[in-house]
Amino acid sequence: MMIRASRLAPLLAAFALGSAHADEVQVAVAANFTAPIQAIAADFKKDTGHTLVAAFGATGQFYTQIKNGAPFEVFLSADDTTPQKLEAEGETVKGSRFTYAVGTLALWSAKEGYVDTNGEVLKQNAFKHLSIANPKAAPYGLAATQVLAREGLADKVKDKLVEGQNITQAYQFVSTGNAELGFVALSQIYKDGKLSSGSAWIVPSSLHDPIKQDAVILNKGKDSVAAKALVDYLKGPKAAAVIKSYGYEL
Amino acid sequence: MPLTSADFSAIWLTVKLASLTTVILLLIGTPIALWLSHTRSWWRGPIGAIVALPLVLPPTVIGFYLLLAMGPHGYVGQFTQWLGLGTLTFSFAGLVIGSVIYSMPFVVQPLQNAFSAIGTRPLEVAATLRAGPWDRFFTVILPLARPGFITASILGFAHTVGEFGVVLMIGGNIPDKTRVVSVQIYDHVEAMEYAQAHWLAGAMVVFAFIVLLALYSSRKTKPGWS
Repeated sequence: MMIRASRLAPLLAAFALGSAHADEVQVAVAANFTAPIQAIAADFKKDTGHTLVAAFGATGQFYTQIKNGAPFEVFLSADDTTPQKLEAEGETVKGSRFTYAVGTLALWSAKEGYVDTNGEVLKQNAFKHLSIANPKAAPYGLAATQVLAREGLADKVKDKLVEGQNITQAYQFVSTGNAELGFVALSQIYKDGKLSSGSAWIVPSSLHDPIKQDAVILNKGKDSVAAKALVDYLKGPKAAAVIKSYGYEL
Repeated sequence: MPLTSADFSAIWLTVKLASLTTVILLLIGTPIALWLSHTRSWWRGPIGAIVALPLVLPPTVIGFYLLLAMGPHGYVGQFTQWLGLGTLTFSFAGLVIGSVIYSMPFVVQPLQNAFSAIGTRPLEVAATLRAGPWDRFFTVILPLARPGFITASILGFAHTVGEFGVVLMIGGNIPDKTRVVSVQIYDHVEAMEYAQAHWLAGAMVVFAFIVLLALYSSRKTKPGWS
């Protein structure tokens, strides 16, 4: 389970730091970016020799951990406001913030043919549970509530909403069939330019504020060669190709 | 007022969940504990181990299997759908079932110890006085095992209040249905609402201390677990 893993991560990271490998970088990664960063980490290791150690979780949760001394060197957020906030509070290396991906929201069902390509299924309202990520902590959850509001469905589906603590749990509720459908990150259900399973409506970005995902080097990564290398790598063409293949914009 | 109405409904929901869970556990835990304390069956070991499992298992394991089992493709989910009840995930009933499993050892074990401590002698004496099984239960076992029932109720209630992982995994964080205090605190922390998190979390610390104080102060003769 992601939440458990990410709680353990600072501890594991602390052990890793104890052995002081200069070629390791501790990264806090927003849950929606789990699959792409794993692909990128493999290439990164091959191309630069540095090892990327990732912890996955909700952006709000990482903010709290970073403010309380978590040993992360780079933070890949699911939004742009949290890195801005950390920057304003002096927790980051000045000038290191940049947008590494723009997220795409998708309405997804594990069942084939359940979600039509225009999202009409939402208006028909025949489902029992609609899964979203916690809008207070996860940017994809916030975007989902914006879509519902703009479609005039917020009140209609209010009693059907179930919340995952992060986008991974929102996905989990749908993939186990407990919720018929839910708003997830396209990156969770999309690979190499097509849907991996089930049916989905790729939500037009005009229906919600853009999900600009910013990365930043944290103070703990100030002198880390690997942290700098990772940020450069993320800006490069090889990483960009991977990021796009998971359905993100750049 | 430092606590919002959402906080109060989370508190009320938690009290409801813990009370109902405790009552159910006393009803099903008593026969299990009686059997465990008196049987010589080979099954004593395996059943005792199953009852104690939640002591050792991470709540995520219980939550994960409940999510699969109670979902539309799981055995429990297919049964409840066949009954016309739908699925139990994201419902208060589902939380009650999860809590009963999760808090089971905290009720069964104190009861089992209490029943074992009574031994067979008072029951044999009662039997020679022609007390039937029900009579023996209500007039001999129940009064003698009273401290065990009190401990079991307090621990069952308190442990359910402290439940988090299972609820998180099967609850879906729905106000008035599955958003209990522990989840509400987690939400406050994630949303960086530290002041509100403090009020609720502080209240939980006070509650837990008072419960344990009551428990340990009531035991004058036998210190320790029981």
